Amino acid sequence: MRKVTPFTAALCLALGLALAFLTLPVVAIFVNTAPGQLISSLGDAQAREALALSLETSTIAVVVIVLVGTPAAYLLATRSFRGRTAVVTLLELPLVLPPAVAGIGLLAALGPNGILGGALADANIELVLQTSGVVVALVFVSSPFYLSQAQAAFAALEQSYLDASRTLGSGEAATFVRVAIPLALPGLVAGLALSWGRALGEFGATLMFAGSFQGITQTVPLAIYDQFATDFPAALALSVILVFVSAGLLLSVKLASSSALRRVAAR
Amino acid sequence: MLLRAELAGRVGELELEVSVEVQSGSCLALAGPSAAGKTTILRWIAGIVNPDRGLIACSGELWLDTEQSICRPAEQRRCGLLFQDYALFPHLSAWRNVAYGLRALPRAQRRARALELLERFDIAERAEDRPATLSGGERQRVALARALAPAPEVLLLDEPCAALDVSTRAAATRALAAMLRETGTPVVVVTHDFHEAAVLGDEVAVLDGGKIIQQGCAEDLAARPASAFVADLTGAVVLLGTARLQAGGLTRIELDGGGVLTATDPAEGRVAASVFPWEITLLAPDALAPGSAQNMLPARVTSIVTVGNRARVGLLAAQPMVAEITEESARMLELSVGSRVAAAWKATATRVGEL
Repeated sequence: MRKVTPFTAALCLALGLALAFLTLPVVAIFVNTAPGQLISSLGDAQAREALALSLETSTIAVVVIVLVGTPAAYLLATRSFRGRTAVVTLLELPLVLPPAVAGIGLLAALGPNGILGGALADANIELVLQTSGVVVALVFVSSPFYLSQAQAAFAALEQSYLDASRTLGSGEAATFVRVAIPLALPGLVAGLALSWGRALGEFGATLMFAGSFQGITQTVPLAIYDQFATDFPAALALSVILVFVSAGLLLSVKLASSSALRRVAAR
Repeated sequence: MLLRAELAGRVGELELEVSVEVQSGSCLALAGPSAAGKTTILRWIAGIVNPDRGLIACSGELWLDTEQSICRPAEQRRCGLLFQDYALFPHLSAWRNVAYGLRALPRAQRRARALELLERFDIAERAEDRPATLSGGERQRVALARALAPAPEVLLLDEPCAALDVSTRAAATRALAAMLRETGTPVVVVTHDFHEAAVLGDEVAVLDGGKIIQQGCAEDLAARPASAFVADLTGAVVLLGTARLQAGGLTRIELDGGGVLTATDPAEGRVAASVFPWEITLLAPDALAPGSAQNMLPARVTSIVTVGNRARVGLLAAQPMVAEITEESARMLELSVGSRVAAAWKATATRVGEL
């Protein structure tokens, strides 16, 4: 048997601590929630509306992120141009912004008195305190996760596959669709899972930009916060549901990506 | 069909300038060491990247003319390119790889056409398999079928056999040569292996320092290498020295480090004398030169590698050499590392190139 060195013991201790600390709150949520509470909270209108709204807004946000983010990431990964590093850094900025700052920023940009407020009003578009505002907040906060993953996935593509496609008569756009996207798919799906997860958990920016109105802008995290002051067991039960939905979503995305990975197979 | 290309440009430190012309049904082999710019030339012709200056015409159509700012994109040049690592799409099965370039055909006919091509290269039984599960030789054939599928005007091959095992390479090269004869399109193949160039190419162009330094059929290049570099590339032993024409038309070469050779090629001044390893006879050190062999150098054995029934014997005379003899003679001479021998060959087997 291999001898356990003090160093290995120290590594194990560190991992044990991290694991305990990171899983304890999740375990606690489950331990403290009676099954009966879970079922009754599902019957609660506020909880059901919040869940539906969360799924709806995060799905729309992810669709927008993928549609715009995929070509943008391809450009960043396959072309070099002046100021590219600056562009990449700007796109990653929302990752490090505190959610409150993101919310304020969105208000200053798109709110009624914001930079584009007048233009939006002229176009009859209202975002603040609206469901569409929730989507805007989610897109802002989650898209950097997808962008950076997608960019890494495209950058890792072997150039010879793209070149081969060109010599076989496919132009750049056809090569993007027929070769680049299928080959980068595992990375794209991983990015999608990350940004979807981030969108489902979004709290601060949504609260500040869209508010917390039941059925309109109150997503699950906001509903949990709302109930937490008045009905702690209900907040706990809703938390359990959010954990299940998020985990289920991530799991199915992971499964989809691993089947995509199998298709692409070991090269 | 005819491909004509005059290309010039800088690649890293290298200033490349070449001009090639290939007739329909004929194959030009560009041979040279790695980093000689061989792959770049293919990428220029295919239009994946563009040279600084150049002109490419194929079958009367202008693909590139930097002076007139004409530049067809790669997807409109109809150039079949076989990549060095074959670059088969890993997410597609063999037949779908071949069908990739068949978009001009109606969807319903693509599969049949792809299978037909795979059949031609004797690989149809792997049609449903993905590239990852194919052997090197199978990948090469699928890649070739894929490159030929859109009926290209020109076929470009980048080190077509370099990704294969040593054990199968010779057979694969011969098989490839036979397949190329059938295609009827102009072919440009680049390789660092002179033997491969000789088997595949009707003509061989040797690339060094960014320029084609000699072009001709492989036999001519081997028989009359224009430089030490060409001689070395052909696999010959190269010995440097100073030549002087003798009365009687023979050339006498004083080798650097000692020793004298006689050659029938006329030359004066600094030269590279070359001889093929299989033309060298090894003798006991005190033996007399056998029969007509005029050249004899004392040498010490530095290595012996037996390949099948042949032995490659590394020698150190004043300059290093290699002789190829039968395994049986190596035994009869009782050769071992450190043995003293004499290396002999005929004056007519000595090729001389001026430096």
